[in-house]
Amino acid sequence: MIALRRVPWALPAALFLILAAINAILQPSFVKPAVVVSNLGTFLPLAIISVGQTYVILGGGIDLSLGAIVSLVNVVVVGVVEGMGASSWALTAGIAAGLGTGLACGTLNGVLLGVLRLQPIVTTFATSIVFGGLAIWVRPEAGGSLPDAYFEGYSGTVLGVFPVPVLILLAVLGSAALLSRTRFYTYLLATGGGLQAAFQTGLPVPRVKIASHVLAGLFAAVAALCVLGETAAGDPLMGQAFTLTSVSAVVLGCTSLSGGAGTVVGSVLGAIIIGLINNVIFFAKLPFVYQSMVQGLIILAALAGGVLVTRR
Amino acid sequence: MNSLLRHPLLAPALAIVAILVVGQAISPGFARFGALVDQLTIAAILAVVAAGQTIVILSGREGIDLSVGGVVSLGALVAGDLMAARDANVVFAIPAVVAIGFAIGVVNGVGVTLLRIPPLVVTLGTAGVIQGVLVLLTQGQTSGAAAPAVIKLVTQPLLFGLPGILYAWAAIGAALTLLLRRTRLGLELFAIGSNDVAARLSGVRVRVTRTLAYGLSGMFAALGGVLVLGYTGTVFIGVGDAYVLPSVIAVVIGGTRLAGGTGGYAGTMLGAVTLTLLQSVLITVNVPAFGRQVIFGLALLGFMLAYGRERRLRQ
Repeated sequence: MIALRRVPWALPAALFLILAAINAILQPSFVKPAVVVSNLGTFLPLAIISVGQTYVILGGGIDLSLGAIVSLVNVVVVGVVEGMGASSWALTAGIAAGLGTGLACGTLNGVLLGVLRLQPIVTTFATSIVFGGLAIWVRPEAGGSLPDAYFEGYSGTVLGVFPVPVLILLAVLGSAALLSRTRFYTYLLATGGGLQAAFQTGLPVPRVKIASHVLAGLFAAVAALCVLGETAAGDPLMGQAFTLTSVSAVVLGCTSLSGGAGTVVGSVLGAIIIGLINNVIFFAKLPFVYQSMVQGLIILAALAGGVLVTRR
Repeated sequence: MNSLLRHPLLAPALAIVAILVVGQAISPGFARFGALVDQLTIAAILAVVAAGQTIVILSGREGIDLSVGGVVSLGALVAGDLMAARDANVVFAIPAVVAIGFAIGVVNGVGVTLLRIPPLVVTLGTAGVIQGVLVLLTQGQTSGAAAPAVIKLVTQPLLFGLPGILYAWAAIGAALTLLLRRTRLGLELFAIGSNDVAARLSGVRVRVTRTLAYGLSGMFAALGGVLVLGYTGTVFIGVGDAYVLPSVIAVVIGGTRLAGGTGGYAGTMLGAVTLTLLQSVLITVNVPAFGRQVIFGLALLGFMLAYGRERRLRQ
């Protein structure tokens, strides 16, 4: 129990190992490198969004617009690439436009919540409506595609050994590790842990909140790029399902919803756990009509368990 | 005069008048009687769902119920199956559906009070389970149909050209306001919403009261499901999804604070009307779908700016 309290993501790690073991029993090919990489490619978008959501929740907020940002970035990237004639230069411009979009959306959220002090749940829901509307403006219906080079690149390897999804995950975890050593991160935890105290200590609370939402927007944009690596197609509605699932992943990762305590690693594990639950249910050959309910029950139990164990 | 200007219902009331004036100016006939009755009918369904949301939010501790969408869908589905288009079945169908909603709400409440899980997490979790139950119950296709009496209640004029649902809504509004302001349960809800510990020390059974709040939310959501069924005649699985966050927004526009302890149902009623009229006026304006959506989002942000701001850190 002492060890559990020292490593904040011990519970999601244990849950991850159990689910991975069950998955390996039900699906013997689960441990093959190719299957591991393909699973990771599927789980990666949710994991990256959850990383962004973690920063917002650590700061005492919540961002219900991340799914809409994913949708908007998705159609912006496809639109720019198609508009520029699918050259490799166009791909670079498209990716830059996508990241810029995520940055802009995050900044808007940050200003509304950090400077104007609006209520997080309602405000980010309102901005999600705006972002969703803009996505429909860019591309009213699903359609359009990226050149083959894009998804071949996502499912390929660098130097013939390192699969791209693995490298992206390492890059995300690496930047999270770097961020956790910054003064910003300390300020963020202080802000989430006690808003009034943080303010009275003289911390730049508005700037900290803006930064957390900018990070969330940026990670959502990266996640959208990963989704495009899987689908390579434009869709103005594809991000919707990510919003609340990312909150579940963060809670599964033992980050406190009231802010101030939690880890990015936990959230990544939480996202992978949600993916593995889907896998296990699929390979357990449950009748289709039971799958959704069993999934809901397992996630509810895991969420409750996560909260109960994290409680100090 | 000053107290009138600060009245919490002033903002939504002004917003409603403004939307009606703008709507009538853009498309003459927007504010005519028949059109208003249609709008109020749609608003009434949202407001019934938002009644439960109001109680939960008032009860404090970051109270919120994200499972109302699933309960609305489930309520509509089960009501349709039990009624099977026969009036005689209404007598047991509605109590049964309301009881199911109450039971689901109590499960949420127990999670929040006994297990002390944040309301957002519990209700998100139960929403996932309800989604699964819906798939299981329907096996992918819905059956069942509303009893003619229920369809009539929602869509046909009953008295003075108004459908029965509006009278029912007024009755619910009066009853709920009385409950909140004049009964022990109501006062206890406000007490636990503004200060849990003080309420407990004054002898309020905090857990029981808060669990009841979630139970009532489930009950109102299920009732909302019955009304949706009456409005549409048949059901589809995701029919309730459109009520989850709008029910929260109706509460907030109505001046109830998300922190709990302050507010009331009259504001939520106006909030639901405001939201419904806003969506409707945007449909009459000749802008493409995306523009409507963007304007709707911006209007919500405007509302938040007007009075949804949290207090300053420097006091």
